[in-house]
Amino acid sequence: MSGDVCIVGVGIHRFGRTDGVSGLEQGVFAVNQALGDAGIDWQQIQFAYGSSDAAGNPDTMVERLGLTGVQFINVRNGCAAGGSALFSAQMAIKSGEYDIGLAVGFDKHPRGAFDAKPAEYGLPEWYGDVGQMVTTQFFGAKITRYMHEHGITPTTLGRVAEKAYRNGAHAPHAWRREPVSLETIMDAPLVSDPYTKFMFCSPAEGGVALILASEKKARELGKPLIRLKAATMRTRPPGSFEVFAPSIDLDPADGRPRGTATRIASADAFRMAGIGPKDIAVAQLQDTEAGAELMHMAENGFCADGAQEQWLAEGRTEVGGALPVNTDGGCLACGEPIGASGLRQVYENVVQLRGDGGGRQVPGNPKTAYTHVYGAPGVSAVTILER
Amino acid sequence: MHAIAEGLFTNETPPRLIGGRDRASGRVVFPCPEGDRFDPVPLGRTGTLWSWTVQRYRPKSPPYAGPDAFRPWAVGYVELPGETIVEARVVNVDFAAIRIGMALELAPVALDPDAHDPVMIPAFQPIGVAA
Repeated sequence: MSGDVCIVGVGIHRFGRTDGVSGLEQGVFAVNQALGDAGIDWQQIQFAYGSSDAAGNPDTMVERLGLTGVQFINVRNGCAAGGSALFSAQMAIKSGEYDIGLAVGFDKHPRGAFDAKPAEYGLPEWYGDVGQMVTTQFFGAKITRYMHEHGITPTTLGRVAEKAYRNGAHAPHAWRREPVSLETIMDAPLVSDPYTKFMFCSPAEGGVALILASEKKARELGKPLIRLKAATMRTRPPGSFEVFAPSIDLDPADGRPRGTATRIASADAFRMAGIGPKDIAVAQLQDTEAGAELMHMAENGFCADGAQEQWLAEGRTEVGGALPVNTDGGCLACGEPIGASGLRQVYENVVQLRGDGGGRQVPGNPKTAYTHVYGAPGVSAVTILER
Repeated sequence: MHAIAEGLFTNETPPRLIGGRDRASGRVVFPCPEGDRFDPVPLGRTGTLWSWTVQRYRPKSPPYAGPDAFRPWAVGYVELPGETIVEARVVNVDFAAIRIGMALELAPVALDPDAHDPVMIPAFQPIGVAA
């Protein structure tokens, strides 16, 4: 195939809680919106990759969309599921086998923290019995170490959450659309120290669909060319600190930071796109908790470890700042339907690159946009879009 | 002592945790995995706190098997010099007094102190504290 893979249609079902509408139906809603956006009908879709963690098999949506015999592959890959669906879809086009197809993700999780069973992670039963099979514990311990090493204060965690809810107020697809004051965030009950309840995202519901096409096909459709310059998905290197770890390796003797799946996925994406972090105009970074956004700013190469303290104090990651981060409020404001979450980030970047962001639009006509997801047990997916 | 699982603690008094040493690389992990890739190895009783948090709400059951009545507890990662960093409860210390780098010693605690025959789980306390 010559040229780039392009995103020619996007659709989203509002995130949050939609009683009476199944996860699959939310996915179908998003697909129909994306088809309309691309100006095509379902019969033209040549293949699909669908991701859902807890809301059923994505391929069953052909019953609702049309029994065209289309190739439809289901993807489960933890929090990187949406990113993996997108990665697979672009490979199908890059291979030259197809010129237009779909990446769709949806989910619908029960309320409360995610249920995790020790056996699913290769862990002994006692680890769950003692109460350590809890994701929020890991997040608390991880940021406590990071704050200790790099001089990050709790107020900076609060600023991340404050920004998320402020941005979410301008995103029609967001769940939490009311600004929350820094004082309210900081004074709220602790969940896992140092995080208060406003600093964690919640499992949620939602659906996102992206239609991908070859550059030739995109030109035929007459759509603005939103180019997918890189899509990577990587697993963890030795020594990383991941969720549900009864032990972790000693710190590297040479003083270098621990390797992470994010660092690998990010470096590979920048290499493929032929640009660097300083060239990115807007970024959506995994923020399942406030500190994740901070750590991921550094792991993706946007700032040095510890510089986040100053970045947040100066508002550099605000919509009008030097590098706007999580312009739709991210996971903190949108919640995390696992199968859809990574695709929401790409959806938001397409909105930004088209200039359709309304009250959350990044000024200055952004040309480059970055997404990053991270999840258990040490997986990460990155995309870079250019217009 | 009635341990929560076989192979976690040595039979000494006081006990030690049992880790696993990778036969090929020498890397130490906790607990010792099943299979023949790792040799069981008793871990040091003392170390320093590497990181920590407080579990402020009762985890879901299953899998959590602790008492219904819940009181928050601290959980940390304890660096055992030259070995590995193990995850365990941090006990017999006020949450406000917990500091990264503080010296700790192994002090297993009961998962449910009110149980008839309580099971003991991995935990560390500040060195010198009377349990």
